[in-house]
Amino acid sequence: MKQRIKLFVNGEAYDIYTETNRTLLDVLREDLELTGTKRGCDSGECGACTVLLNGKPVNSCLILAPEADGQNIVTVEGVSRPNLPLHPVQEAFIEKWAIQCGFCTPGMIISAKALLDRNIEPSEEEIKQALAGNLCRCTGYVKIIEAVKAAAEKVRDGRS
Amino acid sequence: MFNGGAPLPDMGSLPQFEYVEPSTLQHALYILNRYGDSACILAGGTDLLVQMRDGKKAPKYIVNIKKIPQLEGIRFEKEGVVIGALTTVNTIHESKLVKEMFPALHQAAGVLASYQVRNRATIGGNLCNASPAADLAPPLLIYEAKLKIVGADGENEVPIECFFLGPGKTVIERGMVLKEIYIPKPKENTYSIHLKFGERRAMECAIVNVAASMTIEDSLCKDVKIALGSVAPTPIRAKTAEAEVCGKKVDEEVIERAAEAAAKDSRPISDIRASAEYRREMVKVFVKRALRSLLVESNMKDAG
Repeated sequence: MKQRIKLFVNGEAYDIYTETNRTLLDVLREDLELTGTKRGCDSGECGACTVLLNGKPVNSCLILAPEADGQNIVTVEGVSRPNLPLHPVQEAFIEKWAIQCGFCTPGMIISAKALLDRNIEPSEEEIKQALAGNLCRCTGYVKIIEAVKAAAEKVRDGRS
Repeated sequence: MFNGGAPLPDMGSLPQFEYVEPSTLQHALYILNRYGDSACILAGGTDLLVQMRDGKKAPKYIVNIKKIPQLEGIRFEKEGVVIGALTTVNTIHESKLVKEMFPALHQAAGVLASYQVRNRATIGGNLCNASPAADLAPPLLIYEAKLKIVGADGENEVPIECFFLGPGKTVIERGMVLKEIYIPKPKENTYSIHLKFGERRAMECAIVNVAASMTIEDSLCKDVKIALGSVAPTPIRAKTAEAEVCGKKVDEEVIERAAEAAAKDSRPISDIRASAEYRREMVKVFVKRALRSLLVESNMKDAG
């Protein structure tokens, strides 16, 4: 069964004609070629496919494409735009060496950005809770947590 | 090729189905009644999509009920709170009303799976999926929640204690929808807590879930409810344990006896996460911790 859906991804509108048994992740990667969003476990365990749906982080592998019809989505490609400065979270990940193989990074960036969108002064515990659904199999968590702390500082400095 | 050219393992793509999106409850009931067992309700999807990929479910029709407006939200009503079945776990966790009135529910909602999953998973889905480990079930058991179920013949209110029939099984039959959950406001001087025991911080299926509430005045227990998850075919109340505490002056000896009784109330199995023996031990540990914590909380309030 096929269905026409409309998606707003990173500020752009897309009309997509898709099988209903595909996920939002399938559509993002295969139809829109936004391959920054990664397919890890395909079952909501690893968080590599995390995107913002109407501003909230969700696992795009657990959302049917037709469920996303008419919704606003931000992928890692939309966190900053070409020719614009990086998002403070992205800057901090680079500065703090919070990337090893890089596979978990897009999901981590989205979860961290969502955390700072709702709380610009997260405690270490709050950072851990917010990133608990994002697995890093290089186990580089220490650097990632440092990066989110640094990013929070950047966001706070930017606002004051 | 990194695996010697052999085909990659199947990631488990989703089977084919017809997707339906009713915008009214009546329409949803009609569809569910008509298609019966070949239809499956889609709420948050965080369990259903995984079950479909694993080949455990292959519904011909997927009925997304999220477009039905009156199934979502939290409101104060009749000396209690009504939570729509489609309210997400994060909405519940972040609700001030829930935090103040039902701390155990607030706590359980904060430890279910991960933040991403909690943005999609719904209270109704958590209950209807009927996992013995459903995180929201023990708190709703201690608060004696009532579930409003709608069918073609009208509405029916079921106490949560009668809702679960076995793993994956509830009293909901063909053509019925869980509409909302009513939780009566706890009595004065009632304290409650939820403790989840697992090995990981996130995405954890509990080894033991314990929720307890105690109405306590000058250390005298006027009422107590203890509920256990992951240690029986369904989430259960530990009634012999409750009887050990109710009407008594709560001290370490009473708590010890209640914990022993709770372990006997449980009927755990051994599985990949823990053995039955270990689970029974952990029931003791966590019932003790829960009751001690409630006692401390009540003493602090008396002192303060």
